[in-house]
Amino acid sequence: MPNPGDVILLVGTMKGGFILSSGPDRKEWKVDGPHFPGEAVYSALLDQRDGRSRLFMSGQSMHWGSTIRVSDDFGATWSGPERQAVRFPEDSGLSLAQVWQIEPGRDSEPDTLYCGVEPAALFTSRDGGVEWAPVEGLLNHEHREKWMPGGGGLCLHTIVTDPANLERMGIAISTAGFYRTDDGGNTWQARNKGVRAVFLPDQQPEFGQCVHKVAHHPSRPERLYLQNHWGLYRSDDWGDSWHDIANGVPSDFGFAMQVHPHEPDTVYIVPLTSDQFRVVPEAKMRVYRTRDAGASWEPLTTGLPQHDAYENVLRDGLTADPCESAGIYFGTRSGTLYGSRDSGDSWAAIGGTFPPICSVRAHVVDSPQ
Amino acid sequence: MTVAMVVPHLLAPYADGQTTLALDTDAPTVGGALSAMASRYPALGDRVLTEQGAVRPHINVFVGEQNIRFADGTATTVPPGTTVMIVAAVSGG
Repeated sequence: MPNPGDVILLVGTMKGGFILSSGPDRKEWKVDGPHFPGEAVYSALLDQRDGRSRLFMSGQSMHWGSTIRVSDDFGATWSGPERQAVRFPEDSGLSLAQVWQIEPGRDSEPDTLYCGVEPAALFTSRDGGVEWAPVEGLLNHEHREKWMPGGGGLCLHTIVTDPANLERMGIAISTAGFYRTDDGGNTWQARNKGVRAVFLPDQQPEFGQCVHKVAHHPSRPERLYLQNHWGLYRSDDWGDSWHDIANGVPSDFGFAMQVHPHEPDTVYIVPLTSDQFRVVPEAKMRVYRTRDAGASWEPLTTGLPQHDAYENVLRDGLTADPCESAGIYFGTRSGTLYGSRDSGDSWAAIGGTFPPICSVRAHVVDSPQ
Repeated sequence: MTVAMVVPHLLAPYADGQTTLALDTDAPTVGGALSAMASRYPALGDRVLTEQGAVRPHINVFVGEQNIRFADGTATTVPPGTTVMIVAAVSGG
């Protein structure tokens, strides 16, 4: 069992989930797994609110469907619901294909969790992740019939909450765009003004953009960063308007995006060559970092392969830990996990070779309450 | 009528440890047998059927040696004494 202060990495792969743990120095990592071998783990979370230490892992069996399992002992044992807990109502005509995202609610609502699924929908749990119910305002949205699936399916992959306003949150759907609610989920408005949709005749539609990831810092929730299917954007008004910030990046195509845990204007991305060639430009494994909210970007390369690296990082494959000297981590589709203990200045591979990595999430273990 | 249904060993925990089920159904069809299975073993039903009651896309159902995809789907008749078999498709990656 990890000790308080240890760092936990939850690594979701196409062939199961792994739990990596390290002491606070983050030098040596113990690899535990795979959990749920053969299942694709697109999302995992350690929920430590209200004194819990509850791990969530979504697993998708190609044959038997998608399930969220729970562990209260860091993966030593798992309990999964006998019944599929995240399920669409019969009158929706929809069936769950994949759980893409599990997010905790605010600290002030410790029993609330959200999950985003395919086909695009948002589910809420109010009892710590046992029972889940769809958010009807989004499920019955008037735009739904015009949403189109992207390469990964019609998925709701991103959930951002306003820590100070329980009524406000945003979600992103591929391919529908960014939507925001200001009334606790009853109604949702498309907020994509300024975001291009290069694959549509009208390149500035109200909705229909293929947003790949949205990120923000809880201390400045109104400032959102958006990695689009072509396009890199920032909004300073909770998505009411977006502005191009692709200043000095080799490509504005990419998937992953992560905000620094302590610096709201520091953001990380992994540009890819193009939609037709989804590997890092020039086969150089480069993470790009801005420290001025997108006015400029710098490549981070120390310790990363700079030739023959035909790598791709998926939308949830980049993350950060909350340590004082922030740890930044990413996993590639070819199964290599990299970590930095100095906010991205230098990197090193962690562990061996994993199956294709879908998601990486980092936590520091709290002291028991 | 009673229909015999064979399920993969992996799913036996959701059927009281059994891999061969005896299911009572009024409808002598695959749909009737699947409905009886899901009613008696709901957790097993979740793994074989979607919320909408459709057979999951990577599962094959056989009546005897006949794959129902090439017959009448869930309307395929189950003759007396014929076993319905649930099999994981060869899908993978």
